[in-house]
Amino acid sequence: MANSPATKNVAERAEGSQPITNMSVIVPAVAWLIPGAGHLMQKRWIRGVLLMVSIVTMFVLGLLMDGRVYRPNGGDILDILGFIGDVGAGGLYIVTRAMDWGQGAIAHATADYGTKFLIVAGLLNFISVADAYHIAIGKKP
Amino acid sequence: MTLELSHFSAALLFSIFASVVFGITQRSATRDMVRYGLYCFVLFLGGVLLAGWVMWFLRH
Repeated sequence: MANSPATKNVAERAEGSQPITNMSVIVPAVAWLIPGAGHLMQKRWIRGVLLMVSIVTMFVLGLLMDGRVYRPNGGDILDILGFIGDVGAGGLYIVTRAMDWGQGAIAHATADYGTKFLIVAGLLNFISVADAYHIAIGKKP
Repeated sequence: MTLELSHFSAALLFSIFASVVFGITQRSATRDMVRYGLYCFVLFLGGVLLAGWVMWFLRH
């Protein structure tokens, strides 16, 4: 009975689930707010610095290229997705919105690249957050 | 201050930063991270150059 297939499946699922620890909650939040900080918190110094430099530089380049920063909106699907991408940059997005940057009219081709740089920086930070979480739960060294 | 990059330099910068993040996040061992990052970088830039030549041939 103890080794029936149903019992075995439950046991396997229990082994696969991870316990909720402080680190597994705090790390993703900090990693989202400050790109690369989730890795730095867990003493992955080189990875953290490389992620921080890459994401922050990409975001700043996007702003310098006069890229558009999306605001929360319920309009066109591409505008909604643009906002989701931008908001991935966490603290960078919050500061940018607070300073009212990234609201200029797109007047040249480079500005459109800037918009894409901003969105991709946010999306890369989402990947970075997931990676920091996997390190926190011990799924990745 | 407005930064006006060329198409290629924008693609180059994009490739570098995206490849670094992909390399670090998608592999576990350090050696594999470097290899995968370089692989992504080559694919990004190769894709740009290939698309550029395809567009050139379509135009001529």
